[in-house]
Amino acid sequence: MSADSAPPDAARPPAPVPVIEARGLSLIYPTADKPVIALDAINLTIDAGDFVSLIGPSGCGKTTLLRVIADLEQPTSGTITVEGMTPEAARLRRAYGYVFQAPALLPWRTVERNVTLPLEIFGTPKEDRRRRAAEHLAMVGLTGFERKFPWQLSGGMQQRASIARALAFEPDILLMDEPFGALDEITRDHLNLQLTRLWATTGKTCVFVTHSIAEAVFLSTRIVVMSPRPGRILDVIDCSDLPRDRTLDIRETPEFQRIAARVRQGLKEGHSYDD
Amino acid sequence: MLRPSVLLPLAALVMPFGMTASDKVIFAFRDPVSLAGLLAVLGAAIFVRLSPERPAVEAGVSLLAAVLAAAAPLHLLGKGITLGAHAPGLWVMLAGAALALCRALGILSAGSWTGRKAVVAGLFGAALIYAWEAGVRGFAVPSILLPAPSAIFAVLGPQADLLWADFQQTVLKAVLRGYLMGCLAGFVVAVIADRVPFLARGLLPFGNLISAIPIVGIAPIMVMWFGFDWPSKAAVVVVVTFFPMLVNTLSGLAASDRLQMDLMRSYAAGYWRTLVTLRLPNALPFLFNALKINSTLALIGAIVAEFFGTPVVGMGFRISTEVSRMNLDIVWATILVAAVTGSVIYGVLTLAERTLTAWHPSARGRD
Repeated sequence: MSADSAPPDAARPPAPVPVIEARGLSLIYPTADKPVIALDAINLTIDAGDFVSLIGPSGCGKTTLLRVIADLEQPTSGTITVEGMTPEAARLRRAYGYVFQAPALLPWRTVERNVTLPLEIFGTPKEDRRRRAAEHLAMVGLTGFERKFPWQLSGGMQQRASIARALAFEPDILLMDEPFGALDEITRDHLNLQLTRLWATTGKTCVFVTHSIAEAVFLSTRIVVMSPRPGRILDVIDCSDLPRDRTLDIRETPEFQRIAARVRQGLKEGHSYDD
Repeated sequence: MLRPSVLLPLAALVMPFGMTASDKVIFAFRDPVSLAGLLAVLGAAIFVRLSPERPAVEAGVSLLAAVLAAAAPLHLLGKGITLGAHAPGLWVMLAGAALALCRALGILSAGSWTGRKAVVAGLFGAALIYAWEAGVRGFAVPSILLPAPSAIFAVLGPQADLLWADFQQTVLKAVLRGYLMGCLAGFVVAVIADRVPFLARGLLPFGNLISAIPIVGIAPIMVMWFGFDWPSKAAVVVVVTFFPMLVNTLSGLAASDRLQMDLMRSYAAGYWRTLVTLRLPNALPFLFNALKINSTLALIGAIVAEFFGTPVVGMGFRISTEVSRMNLDIVWATILVAAVTGSVIYGVLTLAERTLTAWHPSARGRD
């Protein structure tokens, strides 16, 4: 579904390289009364360097899909590959960095030592760890906060620290589960801008779960609209009409409005606005 | 003007302050020390009512008055005067002095200077010990019922060797070894039970059962198993400390939230790595909780266990034999040693906890 929508951007390789491929992916939770179909026959291909947002109302399986990609959840049927491997093999190869809804920083570690946590686990030498922490903290604008403890930081700064932590070991894929969901809109705009620059400079493949239409359109190269009960993909919207280098101003452009309207239309068809 | 703080010393002025050996009732104006105390309490009460708002001066004056009044009963006792029911005026004056002290402590604890907590606690403790001393000696309480603090302190010196030998036997041998073994075993079994779920399910009801057994029940059995010397006491300590540690460690290991566990999984961190890097630090507040509970349980367990057979040394042995020999001052001195030991252990653990879990929300709020 991405082959026909190759962006005209000359900087990208001519043939897109699929990084994540799901075929007929289903996940059913057995519960006491009746089984819940969290994911129903999902087919999705995500190419290298893509920024894909999964959007939909609560319970549409967007977080579940992200967790299946990360091997934090096991599908009931169907196949999924991450960089050509099973999700488990990809996890063991440390192919992705995961940013959770909450910062999930360890409160007894300083910001710097939180960022170096994955590197410590991977056995990176100490000097290298410190250099990389400094580099990635600078990338998220947290230079000077290395010695602070997480609770001394604002919510937005904590979430930036957790992004620096996910970037610290330079994974090819960045999986983000509503990382800015708990933040106020001004902080959120700011972090969206930082994130899109980060993505443009690093060229990582990003999968981003959100329930904000504006956020999805602003950040993404493609938007996957999902509907709940059972969790299905309703629409995949290409955003290559928008430039790759984005500023907050593009939200006023007709292209942006058109894509946002289509996302909203997709959600409406999925009865997301029903009571 | 007519407040209790003023009325009490005024009333004391016309009430008896004791009886001499020749059955003569004396009043405050016949004894300079008593009079000085009485006038100080009265003067301080009036000064506080009239003076402008100067808390530091008020606190100082009130404290000074309380100290002066406190000297009176000790001075009268030293002159061989009978107090008790013959000295209502003295007790009424001391009630006024207590009010003055309360006022001073109230002002001191409301301040914002460093060290005020220690000063207030110290003054309060000193007042309690003084009330004990004055009460016991003033009412001539038989020392078999309750010796005065001064009598207890007086035996500390001459009996130092005896108390030290008891301390070595009970605390250094039984309590410390039993405590370390019990806590370590509880911790290790909890870590194993955390990996093997049926162990936790099987052990916890069993643990509740063991915790319900009174120490007096297991102590004689441990003496039969491990003999009269310290190992049987250490065994009792192991039994009483094992399960609190087990239960707390299990709760602590469950304290890591799901996101943190997922994070470690996303790093492909193994079981031991996750345990050391994430779960044990999260469990630390629970571990310290168990260590603190156990520090008191261990001391009680070892002392009680010594009632059921011991070589002729040990704090429990000392208490049980000296009670039957009516040497209550040695009993109280031993109790004092036990109380100070327990407090020191608890204090050291609290200090370690504050240092190691300064990150925990419960510790962050402290000033």
